[in-house]
Amino acid sequence: MPKDSGIGTSPKRREDVRFLTGNGKYTDDINLTGQSHAVFARSDVAHGKINNIDISVAENMPGVLAIFTGEDFADVGGNPAGWLINSRDGEPMKEPKRPVLAHGKVRHVGDAYAAVVAETASQAQDAVDAIIADITEFPAVVDMETALAGGGFVHDEIGTNQCFDWGWIEDNRAATDAAIKSAPHVTTLSLVNNRVVPNAIETRASIADYDRGTGDYILYTTSQNPHLTRLLISAFVLGIPENKLRVVSPDVGGGFGSKIYHYGEEALVLAAAKKLCRPVKWTASRSESFLTDAHGRDHVTKIELACEKDGTFIAFRTDTMANVGAYLSNFSTVTPTFLHGTLMAGNYTVPNVYVNVKAVFTNTAPVDAYRGAGRPEATYSLERVIDKCARELSLDPIELRRKNFIKPDQFPYASAAGLEYDTGNYDALFDKLEEIVDFGGFNARRAASEKNGKLRGLGINSYIEACGIAPSNLVGILGARVGLYDAATVRVNATGNISVMVGAHSHGQGHATAFPQVVSDMLGVDENSIEIVHGDTSKIPFGMGSYGSRSLAVCGSAVVRATEKIINKARKIAAHMLEASEGDIDFKDGKFSVTGTDKSLAFGEVAFKAYVPHDYPHDELEPGLEETAFYDPANFTYPSGAYACEVEVDPDTGQVTVESFTAVDDFGNVINPMIVTGQVHGGIGQGIGQALLENCTYDESGQLLSASYMDYAMPRASDLPFYNVDHSCAMPCTHNPLGVKGCGEAGAIGSPPTIVNAVVDALHSGGHTHVTHIDMPVSPVRVWSAINN
Amino acid sequence: MYNFEFVKPSNVADALAALASEEAQALGGGQTLIPTMKQRLASPEKLVSLLGISEMQGVDVSGNIVTIGGATTHANVAAADAFSGLTGLASGIGDPAVRNRGTIGGSLANNDPAACYPAAALATGATIVTNSREILADDYFQGMFTTALKEVEIITAVRIPVPLASNYQKFEQPASRFALVGVFVAKYVDGVRVAITGASENGVFRWSEAEAALSVNFSYDAISSLSVDASDMISDLHGTKEYRANLVRVLTGRAVLSAS
Amino acid sequence: MQNISIKINGKSVSGSVEGRTLLVEFLRNDLNLTGTHVGCDTSQCGACTIHVNGVAVKSCTMFAAEADGFSVDTIEGQENADGSLNKIQQAFQDHHGLQCGFCTPGMVMSAADLLKNNSTPTEAEIRTHLDGNICRCTGYHNIVKAIMAASGQDVSAIAAE
Repeated sequence: MPKDSGIGTSPKRREDVRFLTGNGKYTDDINLTGQSHAVFARSDVAHGKINNIDISVAENMPGVLAIFTGEDFADVGGNPAGWLINSRDGEPMKEPKRPVLAHGKVRHVGDAYAAVVAETASQAQDAVDAIIADITEFPAVVDMETALAGGGFVHDEIGTNQCFDWGWIEDNRAATDAAIKSAPHVTTLSLVNNRVVPNAIETRASIADYDRGTGDYILYTTSQNPHLTRLLISAFVLGIPENKLRVVSPDVGGGFGSKIYHYGEEALVLAAAKKLCRPVKWTASRSESFLTDAHGRDHVTKIELACEKDGTFIAFRTDTMANVGAYLSNFSTVTPTFLHGTLMAGNYTVPNVYVNVKAVFTNTAPVDAYRGAGRPEATYSLERVIDKCARELSLDPIELRRKNFIKPDQFPYASAAGLEYDTGNYDALFDKLEEIVDFGGFNARRAASEKNGKLRGLGINSYIEACGIAPSNLVGILGARVGLYDAATVRVNATGNISVMVGAHSHGQGHATAFPQVVSDMLGVDENSIEIVHGDTSKIPFGMGSYGSRSLAVCGSAVVRATEKIINKARKIAAHMLEASEGDIDFKDGKFSVTGTDKSLAFGEVAFKAYVPHDYPHDELEPGLEETAFYDPANFTYPSGAYACEVEVDPDTGQVTVESFTAVDDFGNVINPMIVTGQVHGGIGQGIGQALLENCTYDESGQLLSASYMDYAMPRASDLPFYNVDHSCAMPCTHNPLGVKGCGEAGAIGSPPTIVNAVVDALHSGGHTHVTHIDMPVSPVRVWSAINN
Repeated sequence: MYNFEFVKPSNVADALAALASEEAQALGGGQTLIPTMKQRLASPEKLVSLLGISEMQGVDVSGNIVTIGGATTHANVAAADAFSGLTGLASGIGDPAVRNRGTIGGSLANNDPAACYPAAALATGATIVTNSREILADDYFQGMFTTALKEVEIITAVRIPVPLASNYQKFEQPASRFALVGVFVAKYVDGVRVAITGASENGVFRWSEAEAALSVNFSYDAISSLSVDASDMISDLHGTKEYRANLVRVLTGRAVLSAS
Repeated sequence: MQNISIKINGKSVSGSVEGRTLLVEFLRNDLNLTGTHVGCDTSQCGACTIHVNGVAVKSCTMFAAEADGFSVDTIEGQENADGSLNKIQQAFQDHHGLQCGFCTPGMVMSAADLLKNNSTPTEAEIRTHLDGNICRCTGYHNIVKAIMAASGQDVSAIAAE
């Protein structure tokens, strides 16, 4: 009989009711008594020397309470990069200071050099307009190749625009070079992984409050990981003791990576709140978001695929420039390296892989992890070059992939890029894809399109990602400055209901609904009696938040461990209550019973006893029923998938429309299929957005041309189709207790190459065989220009 | 946004009086002006809303003339369904919420080079009726964001002769959903008019070669070998000059097919 | 400052606003109706969509003073009289038509605007109608499906749970 609750079922999301009735509580919805408002003065040039900032007029304007400049933060710490990357020659990466407010130089358009706090936001804006900034503009460093060639430096003190020159795996370089040199066939492709702006629909916002009596701070902020934000502020930037700083991230309106990071605005409102002894609030306009949120992707890559004439892969070699922007954002150094290079073997038994990444400072906004983070870049490069190779060798693109797949009996598999894949079955995914998609009818559909003057293309794609970020011992060796465990506390209250405090943060992922399904299954209690608490450092154990498809695989595992501890303790209490030995106590379906007898106790009775221990063996048992567990994963998890789509191209206008999209993913076990499906939908939507629409572009002077929704094309409902999503081919993760792998990023990883492969296929069918590649976004003008050379 | 005084007169005379003061500006639906003011790129001291003027509201079809009040929203123009080209154009501007606020007078007064209404007005040879005079569309549009309107002059109505056949084709700029190129084709007894928006550095324009060809032979084939000079076209993130020139031809052809 | 009176969700409210006060600011800051959100400054994301005199409007692109004497409906007034979710809200929950929830109030208000004039919209009509509402989480699949379901259409053939 199918289950009607718990793991594997799809209860409606309980958080939906408040969102659907306007009762969500997002940061900007919070207003504190006596609050003042901060507005930032931002550079309108990409690169310049700050000679003087004259605030004499501004500070006397109505309502102005305080004005801050970079000088005020000259002595506090910089906002650090979370990973130390060493170059091929062993030199550590260049790590220039990222100040709270620009000091000495401005380094990108939007770089804040001053902030005004006033009674109202309008007054603060008026005063910002009255600040006279004497800035000598320097030529901007925008293009990565130019940046590496020297000339102007974004950071003069480091004397280079190269942050690092990373090789992976350096010891494999010579063998890879040799293999490519002697290979019977080499396919080469140069491509750009286009820069995108994350664009969570809720812009960043922060409110700080300071209690003069206790010296305690509270920061309400739009964060995916309140503890990480607190750690960065406390340990690196402002030095506020962690136990004097409470960080609350309430309902958060999407993150996609951009809200992982600590930003200077958070430090500013905290410092201002202390100075003024008043709450200080700041909410970004969308324009500010475009200019200052960490952007995503922005790789320029040359990839070579060497193979036998029959398509057997011999080697992959890539040469990438990765833009890190003007400052190193917190995850900016790991994203193009360990989250990218380690995935460059894909799902394949290729023996030689070598990845070179040069990270480049430019006078643009910082670039960091965006949904998928490094893995989409790896997948895109690989799967585009494989598609090109198939065409060159006249091989079926599915057959070429299947020929090189790691086979089920080869797991665990040590990839040539340094990871150990625990489990997977890539052929099964393609079997399922071929079952779902009517490949046989494609030619008829193509003919129908052609009758209407359109070209039809079929794109297929395969991906693997490393999720469940991440084993602390491994990431420590690789340069991480934090551990990447997570934590959960399960508190069984006296009346039997349960609070679960988690380090993960839900900003759309549905933890409030899915986590209780796990606990409910384990304890045999109604999932509606279980509440999830997240997003407040004063309430939850120290966890690392949500990103990298890690919430369930890492934090969910901590929930399982803490719940196991609850069961173990409750068993002891039950043994006492039933006057039996612990070893004779069975726990099943929410009942403790003595083996072989009809004596039993409900879970709630045991919970009550824990808190009303009138008759209790205090020498053996503590009162209370609350347990905490920290969980550090043993390995990454490795979701994988097989994707297909069909596009129509209008050759007269270059317009591409997505006619169908099918995603077959292996996420291991699935707790809530409805939520998992929704996550895949969202990832595909973002991936199609990157592939067809989104284009973050700076001009030569470093002005952001796509700085609003007037020029940055967000995918709308009318740009996208219904998606066909399947995750029935589950190969459970072998090393976490739930056997889960993570699903949040898959769609964004798997979809861009699927789309571009389909567009190229369509153009070839129309005789435009000179078109071997079009860079994303595959916009109408690019397609039309490619067709018309 | 800078502060201003908001007034909402109920007749044209009061509106003109209010607009006579220094730094006063008329406010239609505000769908362009309000975002501009948020960026502090406009700073009127007084905003004079025209939406309370009942005589400037509504769509009237009498004989072969459609008269649209200057403060009529796009949604109301679409709902009136006066003729297919106009209905199609009005129902495709922006999005539904924008269409419920934006007005034909506001659009024509602003004359954004990528707006839709200028194409309709120019292709139909409309008459722009103001509080003080009537201006033929051919005289009204004077380059991007520039019109024949004087200070303190309000578009009270637009008079459009109903064409025998018409169609508007818009290729949307994917972000703003304004026209990357928009083509309005209108066929009258005495000839065909073709107006192009979104494409030219000089704002909306008539494509006279296409008009001549279509006036002789109103068919796709008549214009399929024509081309516009790419050198005057706009080049930006979303389209090169050559691409826009191509779209002008392609969309004109499609408009003719749809109108036929 | 000028005084305005608006009927909001059926109740008359009065307030004093500056000329520049946007309707959404009046709702959020003066009336604490924070369910209407702001996601952009160019009138495109639609998170601020409400109904003014019965039609959908972006409350970030209308001054509060312009609404003087008008009737305004926001997400806070959409539930059924007994406090239960209305059919659109319920369909969004049933079909997982929301994730982070930030665009959701605007989506619900836009959907209501559509269904008022078109009781059984097609998929294409729904997608086109949502041109002014941006969602970054859902890929729109379940939003479109929810609106079809809310209009009484059978959505069982549309893929997924």
